[in-house]
Amino acid sequence: MNKKTNLLNSSVGRKFLMGATGLFLCSFLVIHLSGNLLLFKNDGGIAFDAYSEFMATNLLIRTIEIGLFAGFLAHIIFGAWLWLDNRRARPQRYEINKASDSSTLASRTTFLTGSIVFIFLVVHLNTFFVPTRILGIELSMYDLVVEAFKNPVYDAFYVIAIALLGYHLRHGFQSAFQTFGIRGQKYLMLVNIVALIFWLIIPIGYISMPLYFLWAHLSGVN
Amino acid sequence: MNFILKAWRQKNGNDKGMFVAYSAHDISPDASFLEMLDVLNDELVKKGEEPIAFDHDCREGICGSCGLMINGRAHGPQRGIATCELRMRSFKDGSSIVVEPWRAAAFPVIKDLVVDRSSFDRIMEAGGFISVKTGGSPDANAIPIPKSISEEAMDAAACIGCGACVAACKNSSAMLFVGAKVSHLALLPQGRSERTERVEHMIAQMDEEGFGGCSNTYACEAECPKEISVVHIARLNREYLRAKLV
Repeated sequence: MNKKTNLLNSSVGRKFLMGATGLFLCSFLVIHLSGNLLLFKNDGGIAFDAYSEFMATNLLIRTIEIGLFAGFLAHIIFGAWLWLDNRRARPQRYEINKASDSSTLASRTTFLTGSIVFIFLVVHLNTFFVPTRILGIELSMYDLVVEAFKNPVYDAFYVIAIALLGYHLRHGFQSAFQTFGIRGQKYLMLVNIVALIFWLIIPIGYISMPLYFLWAHLSGVN
Repeated sequence: MNFILKAWRQKNGNDKGMFVAYSAHDISPDASFLEMLDVLNDELVKKGEEPIAFDHDCREGICGSCGLMINGRAHGPQRGIATCELRMRSFKDGSSIVVEPWRAAAFPVIKDLVVDRSSFDRIMEAGGFISVKTGGSPDANAIPIPKSISEEAMDAAACIGCGACVAACKNSSAMLFVGAKVSHLALLPQGRSERTERVEHMIAQMDEEGFGGCSNTYACEAECPKEISVVHIARLNREYLRAKLV
């Protein structure tokens, strides 16, 4: 009897990939946010545009960017695959299912929150990435940000999507460590503290941007 | 006590099945859920109707035969007990109770509330054992095992294989069951020598049977009648990654 399969053919292996790509994307969230904090430098966007120029032209950054896209794709494709597999495992639903008595809403809705974040990602890339990096239009990234965030509907979508990203990470971040088998009293505490940075503090950082520029627009600063 | 029971009735695996409402009268508050079903079935037999089929054996929470989804909770609303240990006093007099079989592609319904859990047996056959040569019985304590390790292995060994973890999981995942079995044997020196093949074979069989993956919702731990911890799922993941990557 030979029941060995390769890692990614197994449900555990695919979960491992979800965890690994998820944490990799978390690292991107930190870098993306820290760079974008330059938006708040009160210099009319000079520093931010210089930073954007660097990110767009540096060979190392552009190479890592390929890995980033691969990470996103793998996380999205494997996430959808697992979701389909998991649905197939329960063809008939319960008449009554009190799932809230035994698990958290965040843990049961990662596919839904992830799907909304995916839509956000498409919109986000379409606003900022496509015109500058793909169509190659020469414009100031700072002006693009200011212009985009003038629209309150667009800002509201941003805020909701980022909040849902936080909710996604509320379960996702610590879940990855369980999948890697890293669980023990000493780790659990540390993981939960670091998780707080990812599901709460970083989303607040991102949300502050559309809110700030909307406020600036409405109060006539920009 | 009196209850309105909405029970799942299904003639066989091919039947579509449906809920049928029954009223259960004069039930003792101290009766177990299964005894309440016995009383109801007696009445059905007297009326010439087909009694409701359900699995049961020891009726003291150690065999793992019984298992019903009661009002949307595996083994009913109480924690840390099997259906046979659930007393009718846990319900409000006159209330209606919905009873369903475990729902999972890997646990097909045989009849009414009885499901086929032989997929668990096949997972066990794939690696949930240790290969030993029979012979003279070895000395007790010939292999020293630290108390904390033997305790943790015993906690995992408490699994009775009832399938509540699968029933409670939104993905019908068997990770807590497999985790308990792999963890139990991997912790002890007798099981360690075959740990690599064991975890690979058991996970492969688990996937083949059509159980879903683990989303770490931990609903399984909350509904397990033996309160087996998801720490054992973490160890299962670790054992699997070790087998694949090391």
